[in-house]
Amino acid sequence: MFKGNLQLKLGNFALDSGEFQFESAGVTVLFGRSGSGKSTLLRALSGLDRGTRGTLFFGDECWQSGKTALPVEARDIGFVFQTAALLPGKTVQSNLNYATQRVPKNRAQGPSFEEITQRVGITHLLTRPVDNLSGGERQRVAIARALLTRPRVLMMDEPLSALDWRAKTELLALIESVIADYQIPTLYITHAPVEVERLANRVVFMAEGHITSIETLAEATTRIDSPLFTEEGPVSVLHGHLGRVDEDGLIAFESAQSGAFCFWLNTTEPTGTPLMKHKARLRVLARDVALARARIEGISMLNQIAATITRIEADPKTHRQAVFLTLSDGQALIAELSQRSVESLNLAPKQTVFALVKTAALLDH
Amino acid sequence: MQIFGYPLDLDPILLTLEVAAITTVVLLIIGTPIAWALSQMRSRARIFLEALVALPLVLPPTVLGFYLIIALNPNGEIAQLLKYVGYDGQLTFNKMGLIIGSVIYSLPFTVQPIMASFEALPTQIVDAARTMRASFLDRFFTVIVPLARQGFLVGSVLTFAHTVGEFGVVLMVGGNIEGQTRTVSIAIFDHVESFEYAEAHMLSLIMVIFSILVLMFVYALNRKLQIKQA
Repeated sequence: MFKGNLQLKLGNFALDSGEFQFESAGVTVLFGRSGSGKSTLLRALSGLDRGTRGTLFFGDECWQSGKTALPVEARDIGFVFQTAALLPGKTVQSNLNYATQRVPKNRAQGPSFEEITQRVGITHLLTRPVDNLSGGERQRVAIARALLTRPRVLMMDEPLSALDWRAKTELLALIESVIADYQIPTLYITHAPVEVERLANRVVFMAEGHITSIETLAEATTRIDSPLFTEEGPVSVLHGHLGRVDEDGLIAFESAQSGAFCFWLNTTEPTGTPLMKHKARLRVLARDVALARARIEGISMLNQIAATITRIEADPKTHRQAVFLTLSDGQALIAELSQRSVESLNLAPKQTVFALVKTAALLDH
Repeated sequence: MQIFGYPLDLDPILLTLEVAAITTVVLLIIGTPIAWALSQMRSRARIFLEALVALPLVLPPTVLGFYLIIALNPNGEIAQLLKYVGYDGQLTFNKMGLIIGSVIYSLPFTVQPIMASFEALPTQIVDAARTMRASFLDRFFTVIVPLARQGFLVGSVLTFAHTVGEFGVVLMVGGNIEGQTRTVSIAIFDHVESFEYAEAHMLSLIMVIFSILVLMFVYALNRKLQIKQA
């Protein structure tokens, strides 16, 4: 649990977070436009700036009280910066040693050095000097180094922003699996909605140096004015797991509650690949969802999911209607329709309808 | 001593090198904390303190020397204080005087390059060391000094070379005592005054060669120490 109220002035920028409180377990994404104060808030939370004022508690441990702050060295945090910030002129191994040599005895448990370097994919780089690694490799070393610090909290400040798209995709998958497997509470900064949808358990929204709201990912994606929505319009994120890959090359994405829904998706995996029970998230654009009052025969769309209408709201930006649906396992899905469709189908809350999903993208794969 | 049939007095050369070496070491020890404090300072007092450090650059060496003679005279407060803690030697007109004068006169040549390299430190690397639990002294010696090594190199070589080439302060504070405070620059002056051009030539030539070698060494090492951004 993080709880507090922090102020920090950096140059012309002033952070005044306001009172906040949120669970630390899982991934907390700090989201906002550039200049909204995400990085400043993270620096204030980390204690890296002496100018930080206010109060901060991590669990029942006091990290900041007025001018007095627990030094960064005693907070047990692992930090990944935008640039890898490795020690120049040294090998990967000695960069990692810098972290391991300073871990106090009472924190020296957890996955071994070998396991972490293997997991992060840098075993073959250990003897190389860090200066001629690629951007992606360098950021991998930085992630390994942060993990080897044996942190109680992992802080990541836009760790992918300096990378090309291929390295971005690879590293996002790595970060996601590492956080999930090692169960380290993580604070993650990004301004990319896709990274939020993929990683977040909760989102701290920021604007003009203040925290505007703290919401779960489900809450953040079920309001029409969510800052996560871009020009693509509203987006739903469904949690589930992967089923089998069928002989015709389609893969099943099923609800954790068996029988609640099953999407058939295109995949490049070879048929028969055992991906059973592999946890995944599915990203569905509201404009790719159509509604029908009854199941439709004689249509090419495979994914027809039964759902109940919870409410209908007008999207102030597009004048289209956002129909909020609840699937039978309780997850939310949004369909974006025209005013005329809503009227001609006589759609109203509590009705049961069928959501026809044209396309959807797996986020974790 | 004779070289190529020319007379060469080694004493001033040895004295000069000794004073320059001691001055450089002393200045690295006291100049580094000053450079760090100044580089971290955000208050208005910094402008005044930076000006104070740079003062020897613009002040005539004779002015500095004059004040030093007054401040360090055997009956002054500083000498009395030192006597109280156990040092009862003289502070002027001996080697001690030369070193004190040189340390003050060369201060900006140590502090300024080191301060500049402290200000150019990649802060994320230093911050990363903090998150890896490195205490201040730990990260100072393991991260900051290696990253600022060019500043230290330039600072110490400039200090050494500048002390070797000093004239005014040395003459004022040290006097011109043969074998004790007569440095190379003063020896050359003396030789010229008494029309001993052969001796003056010899010492001057050594100084020219020495200076060129020092500068070449700095430029070569500087190139080698160039830090690649990681």
